[in-house]
Amino acid sequence: MRKVYLDNNATTRMREEALEAMLPYYKEIYGNASSVHEFGRTARIAIDGARKKVADLLGTSSVEEVFFTSGGTEADNFAIKGVAHALKAKGDHIITSAIEHHAVLNTCKFLEKEGYKVTYVKVGKDALVDLDELKKAITPKTILITIMYANNEVGTIEPIEEIGKIAKEKGVYFHTDAVQAVAKLPFEARNLNVDLLSMSGHKIYGPKGIGALYIRKGTKITQLFHGGHHEMGKRAGTENVAGIVGLGKAAELARKELGEENRKLKELRDYLYKGIVSKIQDVRLNGHPEKRLPNTLNVGFKYLEGESIVLNLDMEGIAVSTGSACTSGSLEPSHVLTAMGVDPAETQGSIRFSLGRDNTKEDMDYVLGVLGPIIKRLREMSPLYDGRKQT
Amino acid sequence: MEGQYSEKVMEHFKNPRNVGEIPDASGVGNVGNPVCGDIMRLYIKVDDKEVITDAKFKTFGCGAAIATSSMVTELIKGKTIQEALKVSNHAVAEALGGLPKIKMHCSVLAEQALRGAIDDYMAKKKAQGPNSKG
Repeated sequence: MRKVYLDNNATTRMREEALEAMLPYYKEIYGNASSVHEFGRTARIAIDGARKKVADLLGTSSVEEVFFTSGGTEADNFAIKGVAHALKAKGDHIITSAIEHHAVLNTCKFLEKEGYKVTYVKVGKDALVDLDELKKAITPKTILITIMYANNEVGTIEPIEEIGKIAKEKGVYFHTDAVQAVAKLPFEARNLNVDLLSMSGHKIYGPKGIGALYIRKGTKITQLFHGGHHEMGKRAGTENVAGIVGLGKAAELARKELGEENRKLKELRDYLYKGIVSKIQDVRLNGHPEKRLPNTLNVGFKYLEGESIVLNLDMEGIAVSTGSACTSGSLEPSHVLTAMGVDPAETQGSIRFSLGRDNTKEDMDYVLGVLGPIIKRLREMSPLYDGRKQT
Repeated sequence: MEGQYSEKVMEHFKNPRNVGEIPDASGVGNVGNPVCGDIMRLYIKVDDKEVITDAKFKTFGCGAAIATSSMVTELIKGKTIQEALKVSNHAVAEALGGLPKIKMHCSVLAEQALRGAIDDYMAKKKAQGPNSKG
């Protein structure tokens, strides 16, 4: 059976070049990068090289602004808790949005338990953060604004430059969870008025278990992990050398291919959407029609529940998801679609197709071929569809 | 394997039994709402010996909701109303080889849909009087 993977916002297949680059660091080059002997020095050189590549991708000329973490979740935790704890004397107020990834939302909720105050700014029906509300939320006690660069479920790209300007004017730190934006959108951290920016390796065809946090020079931050002097004293723990090397390779290639890759993905994605709309009635596009990640398509199929669609597509070898993989074990409707004001009945039947570099036009045609009959069969089973036909 | 469906659940999800409506049903049970993500409508046809001769369903919901709907219709066909009243949500889940904990509420919905259909049948019978064949 044909296999079509359309869940690249959950994770990507590691590219061959990254794996090849990593293998020596699981075998002969096993030194601890903190050691002074040659074994250690070789590992250190590899880490330095990878840091440069990640710095280039993120758009900073200073490698001292890139800190390796175990992934996007740690980068988010580090940024938010780190700033909150470092600036405790200055204030206790954090601003975020209602549609953040749980790595940000639940970190903010944790800080609320510690006594911090958090404002969850609303979004519009296209998932764009309400900038007026954001401005109004800032108080003299505000120490951090954390807003995602692009949403993982619907792909909407937030006005990061504007938010950065607002934050800078008010003298508030600005963190952005750019896990979905890195390697999909061209940007330079140095031009964004961003103080902290999170990224993950496995979303950009690199390995799992590795990520990075960009910390602008001079930003006050308390470390999460205490121990040795790794990562310029900000993140203790022996470096995951192979992971770092893999991330570096993925970053280097992503930077080179970004433009071409995204043109291709956008074309395929739009082809898929046009096909869906021409074959299936009562569908809606979730997310901003234009300000959207080039690979992301979130479609609501009216009268249906998402899991039954996911399982049926899975039986045909097609991998998609309802909202985010992290929440598919829960029964709650997507917090993102709910925040966008989507009718509760309609949040249930929303499916995310997130494309990746392996996808082809043939893949899209295959999906379009099986999707129609699946939707038709499930709708015939749905009492809601039945109700609609009668009225 | 928490959170994963059993083979039996997947089998009923892939090939659900008794999908559809019974236009002249003896009783219809409606449960759930779209906000919580599941709606079941269960139809039963009952003969004058109080035997359920046919059962059909329509369901909006996840894999477990569809599988439990399918299974409950299979379990009650051929049973008398009194026997069908004893079909519990646990019996439905068990017949499916178990359900993930987070999906047990689907079996509860199936039981409620069945009770709803039986209540509807009883109410109709009562309204029509003892001599009516319904």
